[in-house]
Amino acid sequence: MKKIEAIIRPEKLGAVKDALTAKGMLGMTVTHVNGRGRQKGIALQWRAGEYRVDFLPKVKIEMVLADEECQIAIDTICRATKTGREGDGMIFVLPVENAYRVRTGDCGDVCITGK
Amino acid sequence: MNSGDTAWLLTSTALVLLMTPALAFFYGGMVRRKNLLSTIMMSFAILCMVSVLWIIYGYTMAFGPDVRGLVGNLSWFGLTGVGQDPSSVYAATVPHLAFVAFQATFAIITVALWTGAVVERIKFGSLLAFAALWFTLVYCPVAHWVWGNGGWLAQLGALDFAGGTVVHVNAGISALALAMVLGPRMGFKEGESMEPNNIPFVVLGAALLWFGWFGFNAGSALTAGGLASTAFIATNTSAAAAGFTWMMLGWIHRRPSVLGAATGAVVGLVAITPAAGFVPVWAAIPIGAIASIISYYVMVWRAKANKVDESLDVFACHGVGGTWGALATGIFATTAVNSAGSGLLDGNWKQILIQLAAITATMAYAFVVSWLLAKALKATMGLRVKEEEESVGLDISQHGENAYGGVS
Repeated sequence: MKKIEAIIRPEKLGAVKDALTAKGMLGMTVTHVNGRGRQKGIALQWRAGEYRVDFLPKVKIEMVLADEECQIAIDTICRATKTGREGDGMIFVLPVENAYRVRTGDCGDVCITGK
Repeated sequence: MNSGDTAWLLTSTALVLLMTPALAFFYGGMVRRKNLLSTIMMSFAILCMVSVLWIIYGYTMAFGPDVRGLVGNLSWFGLTGVGQDPSSVYAATVPHLAFVAFQATFAIITVALWTGAVVERIKFGSLLAFAALWFTLVYCPVAHWVWGNGGWLAQLGALDFAGGTVVHVNAGISALALAMVLGPRMGFKEGESMEPNNIPFVVLGAALLWFGWFGFNAGSALTAGGLASTAFIATNTSAAAAGFTWMMLGWIHRRPSVLGAATGAVVGLVAITPAAGFVPVWAAIPIGAIASIISYYVMVWRAKANKVDESLDVFACHGVGGTWGALATGIFATTAVNSAGSGLLDGNWKQILIQLAAITATMAYAFVVSWLLAKALKATMGLRVKEEEESVGLDISQHGENAYGGVS
């Protein structure tokens, strides 16, 4: 069982969600985050002149997946969100101990697959 | 007594009162999220405090019987003898109390204006102390000089329809003095980004300021007639010309920013303030447009110089806009609009010198007294919050509240 944390361009969220849905992967948690990487910051307009913003708005998608689905999800996210420019984001993969579905009390892979 | 005039003046009073909470949002939107409430509170608390001080001693100091052209005496202390009948010297067609109320709203917003210079780092108690002292020692005397019966700048013939010098030059230059003594925000010198938390609030504030300014300028006619109408349309024209000009300046350099358009409109309102009831309506276009150009480049220069953290550019907007407006009054005033004033347009070039004298006197007096008051408070109760309080933000450290609390 693995957890994916994908930091992506906010405007790509819809495309990523649709691509994952097409692969039968429905569950995800999404948050607005601010961060920085190689894209560094951008300049925004002040009243006169401009100022630099060091942290850019991104969206973080968190998903917990069965081991065999993990690579598929990563490939799907990359395809959907890639522009080839700096700022496309990062994907992190973490091991997960277990998962429980609150409603049924089920645990293990059965709660995290789309079926 | 004229019921139409009275109705208009009371309506205008309510309009101008709204400008101070409007200013709170205008400024509040421009600070960082952690200081939003603190910035709003500065204007709101000043509204409460100055309203009370005004009826106790402010009105008599500003408008009471003259002492050597400098200040009013205390014979109207607590509004003694100020009643429902018209005053013998001010606004002859409305109750004296209506005039008191109208003028109260000017005192309030002028004190609130300079708070833009000290946001995100001043101790709340020190802010109130400075506000009370500044109101007493700067606002009341300067208002008397220009508007008081017997005031020395009034005697000199200075033209200030609704407060270019009394309100805007006065607050703008004082903001600069206070910011110099207070020092910059943490991270300012290092170029840390001070991102505005809510630009829609800035636009909301600017729009409500614009709305309230009809009371400020057209109300300053003190009658409900042709003069008020002239001031009304001049006010709208200048705001629009300035807002549009600022937007174009931003566009030339980069993009037409919303923050810029809102700022420009306010600068246009500032500039037309002293002129509104003296100049022909067409003159509001150059007055507004030129105000934006000057203020824009002063602001660019202030940001480049990076020396004084006059955080929300009260000087660039109000000091500079007000100065231009006061000079422009000396240029465009004509007796065809108002028999009380003629400027260069009428061939009266001396008026420009008189305007210059009024600006210089106001700037010198307000700067020196503000600087001394700030120094005195710094040495006694201290002006700044602790470093840790500044990092956490003034909302939590000064007021124990969060603008956007909770997770649900």
